[in-house]
Amino acid sequence: MQSDQAAKMSSLGLSAWYDQKQALDNVTIQMRTNSITAIIGPSGCGKSTYIRTLNRMHELIPRATVTGQVLLDKEDIYGPGVDPVMIRRRVGMVFQKPNPFPTMSIYDNVAAGLKLTGMKRGRNLDDIVKSSLEQAGLWDEVKDDLKKPGTSVSGGQQQRLCIARAIALQPEVILMDEPCSALDPVATAKIEGLMTTLKEKYTVVVVTHNMQQASRVADYTAFLYLGKLIEYDETTRIFENPKQDLTERYITGKFG
Amino acid sequence: MNSYRLRRFKDRLFSILGLLCVIIAVIPLGSILLEVIVRGAPVINWNFLTQTPGAEGQSVGGIGPSIQGTLILIGLTSLFGIPIGIMSGVFLAEYGHNKFASLMRLFNDVLTEFPSIVAGVTVFLAVVLYFGHFSPLAGSIALSFILIPIVARTTEESIKLVPNSLREASAALGVRRWRTTVSIVIQAAKAGLITGSLLAVARIAGETAPLIMTVLGNSYFFQGFGQPIDALPLRIWRDALQPYPDIQAAGWGAAFVLIAVVLTINIGVRLVARGRHGFGR
Ligand SMILES: Nc1ncnc2c1ncn2[C@@H]1O[C@H](COP(=O)(O)OP(=O)(O)OP(=O)(O)O)[C@@H](O)[C@H]1O
Ligand SMILES: [Mg+2]
Repeated sequence: MQSDQAAKMSSLGLSAWYDQKQALDNVTIQMRTNSITAIIGPSGCGKSTYIRTLNRMHELIPRATVTGQVLLDKEDIYGPGVDPVMIRRRVGMVFQKPNPFPTMSIYDNVAAGLKLTGMKRGRNLDDIVKSSLEQAGLWDEVKDDLKKPGTSVSGGQQQRLCIARAIALQPEVILMDEPCSALDPVATAKIEGLMTTLKEKYTVVVVTHNMQQASRVADYTAFLYLGKLIEYDETTRIFENPKQDLTERYITGKFG
Repeated sequence: MNSYRLRRFKDRLFSILGLLCVIIAVIPLGSILLEVIVRGAPVINWNFLTQTPGAEGQSVGGIGPSIQGTLILIGLTSLFGIPIGIMSGVFLAEYGHNKFASLMRLFNDVLTEFPSIVAGVTVFLAVVLYFGHFSPLAGSIALSFILIPIVARTTEESIKLVPNSLREASAALGVRRWRTTVSIVIQAAKAGLITGSLLAVARIAGETAPLIMTVLGNSYFFQGFGQPIDALPLRIWRDALQPYPDIQAAGWGAAFVLIAVVLTINIGVRLVARGRHGFGR
């Protein structure tokens, strides 16, 4: 494995609870700068929980708690005096189900982050909206419909709209929780292609159920099982030569 | 076979009984509407709607001051009642997972069921006696006792219908909680909030009891916020107590106007709500 030097973000001994129920147990993973890290594992193993600890969304659930560290540029985002709201502006998130704001137009959806966080001052909103939609590969499809409601486009386009909405804040890391599971194969292929271009500018973490997807897009893959990290390595090694028996059985479809 | 027939007979019997109950329930509403239309509609004309009542022994005159008074009371009550109601409802829905909110919810529910005459008496003692005169202000305070709990309730219900995924989407952008509430959640629930407020307004438009002891009634147009004013329900009530047929007819006319206003709001709200997307009724 490479040195810690290149890690944009990493979790160290991270555990998470829902009330009394432990969902993550001592998970340590590095997410390297300008790479895609995939989190795989069977349903209920803690993938969503894990990714939500990376931008402090986990704690929004009543009685949900976290111990351990998550370093973003070597600073612990759970350290004293850190404002979770500020962390979320640096670590963007795309959800499983596309969730554009239904009362807003396509344009306003993309601009929402900047407007609602008061960060639009001194910048040209039109340019940011355009470039975010371009980066999300959506500009050509919606450039004449910017005033239409964000929910008026197809599911795949809505998901790319949500990606554009996250990009508009110019985050450093983008988290995606099963971003394609509600989409058809064509839309999935578009998002996968998008991920590989996104990693040139951002660090990407993606949760996926789909082993082929992980092997296609991810540089690194972490396999979680029952809240524990079983194996973490370069994607090719995980899929071609896993060290753990459990990993091998999972990726060959023997369980999960 | 026999038991099948028996079951079918029972099924029919209950269907017919159900229908009968519906008819019995609708008869009073239908007959009231019919009565008000038959007796009230003929007296409606422009003068009736705009002029003051005639002096004793002269022509009956109009219900202008009553319409004006009702509009003033509705406006004044809405002006401070709707914002307070909406803010309470939003608070209960979004920040209401504590003891204080549960207590507030309980008070709110009790207030919704309160006899409205009690609101009138309370305001009479606290406001009218204190300032020494009946006034639109006192009337609005009494009416807001009725309006605020309804608005708070419907607001809370509509806000709760906003899917959590929108709150999460906003939080994940690094938007502060209060900003998410104002710009995302309330926006998404807007149709429900408007509907709830309008239904509450329709409800207070027809209230008589709290007005008797707060605005008193008046035969003249608005004379200032420190003076008694009139309202449609008060006019109906006064006219109904008179022995003269032409005054009673004017009362029916006032009733017709009031019912028209309330029904218009109710039906309008339903039509608007049906055609609209959004969360809430
Ligand atoms: N809000 C919650 N309250 C209580 N327990 C929860 C909550 N969310 C998840 N859990 C539990 O935590 C564990 C991990 O859940 P998580 O959602 O992280 O799994 P996942 O790997 O994302 O699964 P999936 O692939 O089905 O999305 C599960 O056992 C789940 O039941
Ligand atoms: Mg999940």
